[in-house]
Amino acid sequence: MQDRGTCLAPAARCRGRRQDGCSPRFLAQLLVPALLLAILLPVAVLAAATLPALSGRVVDTAGLLDAAAEAALAGKLEDFERRSSDQIVVATVPSLDGEAVEPYANRLFRAWALGQAGEDNGVLLLVVPDDRKMRIEVGYGLEGTLTDLHSRLIIENTMVPAFRDGDFSGGIARAVDDIILVLEGNAAELEARARRNQQTVPGIDIAAVLFITLWVLLFFGGFAFAILPRMFGRKLGPGRYEWLGMTFRYDGGGRSSHGRGWSSGSSGWSGGSSGGGFSGGGGSSGGGGSSGSW
Amino acid sequence: MFAQRLFQQPTAGMIRAMALLLLALPLLAGCGYNTIPTEEERAKAAWSQVLNQYQRRADLIPNLVETVKGYAAHEKDVLEGVVEARARATQVTLPAEALSDPDAFRAFQEGQAGLTSALSRLLAVVENYPDLKANQNFLALQAQLEGTENRIAVARRDYIEAVRSYNTTLRTFPSVLWATFWFTDNRPFENFTASEGATQPPKVDFN
Repeated sequence: MQDRGTCLAPAARCRGRRQDGCSPRFLAQLLVPALLLAILLPVAVLAAATLPALSGRVVDTAGLLDAAAEAALAGKLEDFERRSSDQIVVATVPSLDGEAVEPYANRLFRAWALGQAGEDNGVLLLVVPDDRKMRIEVGYGLEGTLTDLHSRLIIENTMVPAFRDGDFSGGIARAVDDIILVLEGNAAELEARARRNQQTVPGIDIAAVLFITLWVLLFFGGFAFAILPRMFGRKLGPGRYEWLGMTFRYDGGGRSSHGRGWSSGSSGWSGGSSGGGFSGGGGSSGGGGSSGSW
Repeated sequence: MFAQRLFQQPTAGMIRAMALLLLALPLLAGCGYNTIPTEEERAKAAWSQVLNQYQRRADLIPNLVETVKGYAAHEKDVLEGVVEARARATQVTLPAEALSDPDAFRAFQEGQAGLTSALSRLLAVVENYPDLKANQNFLALQAQLEGTENRIAVARRDYIEAVRSYNTTLRTFPSVLWATFWFTDNRPFENFTASEGATQPPKVDFN
């Protein structure tokens, strides 16, 4: 009763108001915020600096690394991800167009969705040469292992001295070594994480197998019962067959209009990252890590 | 009163409206009934994350104060300012249920802003003590504090976005019908005001 009461009351009020010529204003109240939103949203999106595409584990838009160093780094990161499932990505961007490095790194991390979904075990190493800024952005799941202090020490002790000497390749490569060292430091946790994620990536889901089997049976079962009794069964009369102890009846041409569509109901496996292409696993970051400048 | 009217004179129009409503309700459930509760829960979850990060900052402060005291004991005013601001900030609690109360929200925001400015005064004073700046313990705390300030910034950004989205569903077309006719208790949540210079993360200079 109470629910109906509250539900009806505004309706009654509305009906009363409409007589006063209130309804255009009510409509306007609805439309104005909607219109404003429609206008402002694209503007807000445009205002933010554009993010580079995730082309690989090393995204060198600023051109700090030579080809050999980039390939070595990418190989090292891929190898580490295979062992631990932790996704480390190195990105260099020429300039941030006035944005602070922390929000930019967080935006980039979330746009690329580094780390496995649910595990959030990604690390982004961002270097911005024009602003002389760097940041190690750590996903939620690694905040306990690669702490803010670790990130700070790697930046202060490894990257800053090398960058001051202009040695970007060496500084980035050694910083990545340090990050891997820290992440490997907690060996038990590392192995547990790797095992957890290996099970989900290539392992065949029993539920999925059952699901597919059921649908295949239903689908082909219909065909089988439509065709096989006529081929192998004993004919009892016009359109009546006995097969496997069951009697089947077929009526004229009615069946032909009974079309069935094939819907691919199986869930596609996401390719993980073992293939040629590389993509983020769906992780997120809450702003862990540290930044520095040189 | 209402009940009496309902039972004593059930006019034909009323019965028809009721019947229509009963018929329409299950149908309407399929088109947007869930939007408002979903958005509300998302905003509340974002708020919990904000609280979580502010709590993390508050937990760091006693250690920080102790460390600074060891090197700069005579900076009493600044140190006491931080301790008091922390006490004041942790006193003001704002559970997710009270997010639509502007006064409570402002009080919470002011408490945290006071702590932020007290902390930035402390970090400015620290600049005068090279021994303290070189202290390993202090460096660790400083890194954690900086990280926490950044996490607060991220959590606040997420909350602002979640509340913007929730408040929009309360006021824009398909869902506004649900807001007016069903979720009449749902009020827009308060959001962080942008003009808040005081809650800028404390500037820390390492050079």
